[in-house]
Amino acid sequence: MRVSTSTSNLADETPKPSKNRIVGTLYRGNEGMWSWVLHRITGIAIYFFLLVHVLDTATVRISPEVYNAIIGAYKNPIMGLGEIALVGAVVLHALNGIRIILVDMFPAVTRVQRQLFWGVVGISLVLIIAFSIRHIPNVFGAH
Amino acid sequence: MTIDNPNYAYPARSTKRRGINLEKAGWIFMRVSGVVLIVLIFGHLFYNLMWTPGGIQAIDFGFVGGKFANPFWQWYDVIMLWLAIIHGSNGVRTIVNDYVHNKTVRGVLLWAILLAGAVLIVLGTLITFTFDPCPTGASAELLPSFCADL
Ligand code: HEM
Ligand code: HEM
Repeated sequence: MRVSTSTSNLADETPKPSKNRIVGTLYRGNEGMWSWVLHRITGIAIYFFLLVHVLDTATVRISPEVYNAIIGAYKNPIMGLGEIALVGAVVLHALNGIRIILVDMFPAVTRVQRQLFWGVVGISLVLIIAFSIRHIPNVFGAH
Repeated sequence: MTIDNPNYAYPARSTKRRGINLEKAGWIFMRVSGVVLIVLIFGHLFYNLMWTPGGIQAIDFGFVGGKFANPFWQWYDVIMLWLAIIHGSNGVRTIVNDYVHNKTVRGVLLWAILLAGAVLIVLGTLITFTFDPCPTGASAELLPSFCADL
């Protein structure tokens, strides 16, 4: 591939404002932008969880009592909700990751990236609900 | 709409550079590791939180001991650990590069990401393979059931 070194001509055309445009408000993109924002936020959230999670798992090397005390912190109802949020973040990030990979690999898929985004949101909701149906009774279950 | 003749003054990579393209390798790694991580992390969450009776309430030292006594789960967890830390660190590196414009601050953050990732990979790998499910002196009710047979 040859890459030209002349200056960019991308800015030559001044974009014409379309009708029905809310002028002067914050930029709001389409599905593509929201998918990107969501992917970033979920990626960072999972990363920080993972940093803590490897450390909490590492306490198994200290003693059974210490590990059980640490992991006990995951068992109260507030953390139970947090676990649903975490699983939701993982599911969204993972399915949207597949969408990104497909769009990158097959140019034709670009045409349906918008529909794929809503597909990702839909399947994620189904998975989060299925998880919650199993998880919530466990969170409140006596042990 | 497509751009028929991309004529961009700042190509992703200088035409003069030769050799392995690390940014491209990273780009491919994000995709390959992502596909593998889906299987590993979904499997991890499903087994620990949905398949095991009691889910989150059933996780304790005995549960982890039972898993780490099995080479299958040891390798499963270690591969998940390496891929997730490298994938996550490289992703956060991209985000730092995007938002942190001060050279010194960016340098410190990138080194911190690298250091944290390296420490956690070494720690997690050591823990998984040197783990003793039946430590001497611990009360039997906290240990996996098979310890009683030793
Ligand atoms: C579950 C399976 C996963 C899949 C399929 C997946 C997929 C992807 C893909 C394809 C990208 C590249 C996006 C791009 O180049 O534009 C990406 C970025 C990223 N991933 Fe993942 N990922 C997964 C798990 C994880 C985990 C476990 C973490 C955290 C430890 C993580 C954190 C990130 C971060 C921080 C980014 C950068 C986001 C950005 O640049 O905006 N991902 N992921
Ligand atoms: C609330 C949700 C989660 C719970 C309750 C949980 C629980 C556990 C438990 C009990 C272990 C010990 C060994 C085993 O079971 O295999 C473990 C290890 C591990 N988990 Fe999770 N996990 C959760 C979410 C996640 C997520 C989202 C990720 C990925 C980003 C993850 C990555 C890992 C890794 C890499 C290890 C192995 C650590 C090592 O070998 O040192 N976990 N987890």
